[in-house]
Amino acid sequence: MRIAIVDESAMRASIMEDGLADLPGCEIFVVSQRNGLLARIAEIEPDVVLMDLGNPSRDVLEEYFAVSRALAKPIAMFVDESDDDAIAASIDAGVSAYVVDGLAAGRIRPLVDVAIKRFNAFARLQTDLDEARGKLAERDTIDKAKRILMNTKGVTEPEAYAELRRKAMSSSRKIVHIAEAVVTAHELMGD
Amino acid sequence: MTETLTIGFLPLVDACLPILAHEHGFAADEGLDLQFVRDVSWATVLDRLLYGHTDAAHLVAPLALATTLGRGRPAQKLAVPFVLGLNGNAVTLSSELATRIAEPGALGDPRKVGEALAKVAKARGEAGRRLRFGVVHRYSSHNYMLRYWLSACGIRPDEDVEIVTVAPPFTADALAGGEIDGACVGEPWNSIAVDRGVGVIVLATAQIWRRGVEKVLAMREPVLDERRDATEALIRAMRKAGKHFVDPANWAENARILARPEYCDADAEVIGRAISDKLVLSKGSAPIHYGDFMFQHSEAANFPWVSQAMWLYSQMSRWDHLPYTAADALAAAGVFRPDVYRSALIGTGDPLPGASSKVEGSVAGPLAVGTQQGDITLSANTFFDGKVFDPDRVEAYLAEGG
Repeated sequence: MRIAIVDESAMRASIMEDGLADLPGCEIFVVSQRNGLLARIAEIEPDVVLMDLGNPSRDVLEEYFAVSRALAKPIAMFVDESDDDAIAASIDAGVSAYVVDGLAAGRIRPLVDVAIKRFNAFARLQTDLDEARGKLAERDTIDKAKRILMNTKGVTEPEAYAELRRKAMSSSRKIVHIAEAVVTAHELMGD
Repeated sequence: MTETLTIGFLPLVDACLPILAHEHGFAADEGLDLQFVRDVSWATVLDRLLYGHTDAAHLVAPLALATTLGRGRPAQKLAVPFVLGLNGNAVTLSSELATRIAEPGALGDPRKVGEALAKVAKARGEAGRRLRFGVVHRYSSHNYMLRYWLSACGIRPDEDVEIVTVAPPFTADALAGGEIDGACVGEPWNSIAVDRGVGVIVLATAQIWRRGVEKVLAMREPVLDERRDATEALIRAMRKAGKHFVDPANWAENARILARPEYCDADAEVIGRAISDKLVLSKGSAPIHYGDFMFQHSEAANFPWVSQAMWLYSQMSRWDHLPYTAADALAAAGVFRPDVYRSALIGTGDPLPGASSKVEGSVAGPLAVGTQQGDITLSANTFFDGKVFDPDRVEAYLAEGG
């Protein structure tokens, strides 16, 4: 696993490095310069990024991961605060972050584990959501095509659907693609 | 009994209302003790709110919607019972770029500046180095205003130029280092870039949308429910702070307060410019006055119009390239809470709009509107391209390239 530690304080970064030292098969990279941060992260291609909650580069990094989905990685964060309620709240919030009471080497590993688990869970959720959204859009198109057929050919809804399905099967295409063609043709021809 | 509320903020002039409510004792009069947590990045302000480090936060409005909709992170319901202000941002270009497209000494006409910028953007794109603009966050009004303006002027924001995130306090550095060619950011960070001689202010965002929603006071919905009385007390205190803020007699004092290290940590003279709607456009030039630069109080500026949330949702769909869904639209509309604003102020005599939504961009001149109490006259709220946004026709608006 490749871990990037982003921290402008070399001392804090070294505490984190210590905390991860016994992790087998783990490569650690410390980034302490704000300039050229994104280029450096791209170069490292980390599996997880570890940084302070208050790090000024957070918006920049999160935007970068949002835009370059292929590079999207969990960001694990910590704050120097000892507050059990805050820890519970952060876990409820389900973000890929965790609050530790004080920055001690021993706390770093569980933090990384939680961050990765949270991130994966959310990434799955996001994929499901994208899929569901796609299906919704497909259903819309099919409904539109059905309405067009019903209006222009005076057929019932089941008949319109059967026609779309028939055409899809005979041309080995998906129903939604046939529906798209119907809608497009209808738009081109005008009402 | 005094109740404590902790408020997260970024060092910007438009964090003024809760700060001044505290400093002038309006909060104390309402039985509140306000504590502040300052950060430098919106991600941190938001995390502290979600983790319960803070009870409420000064937040870019679209981020409250994005958080509720689960964009980029698991969904958490946020509620906005109060808008901290309208506009107050500007577009600052690198001095080199500004001399090629802007008129010196005046805020340009958005259409003309945009068309000139389109030519430069095209040439730069062909030369293989696209113009790059900084905004404060993906989910910020800065991003949406900039994109709205660029695209209406024929510049495709995702293809013809690059838009990247730069935290407000680093804008001047990024301009100086050539990392970006321009930025859309709040005050005092435009003026700081100007004073350092690394940028020129060419437009105020109020020229793009005259009454555009800017920062909001955001809370987690369960916290708002649990602390409803304290929230309403805070709303009353911030309205009093707003009245104090717009009175010219208080400008100098308020600028000094906001300039303090624990708040904006900037020069009081520079902050005073934003407060008094004055802008120094380029280093060493005389300040110009732009009356609508920052809008923190009048015309129900703090009222959370549901139609404003809907406009932000329309832009979020547009630029995230996601389809409009009725469920998301409903969730986005539910973030703005005019009901809480109303119940806080009913009986105080403070003017309250009768409606919760309006057609944005439709008011061309002074218009008295129906109220529940008091009088409100809205002045022009137009978009620079003359389009109107009807919150009941979001899908059609998007289909027309809104």
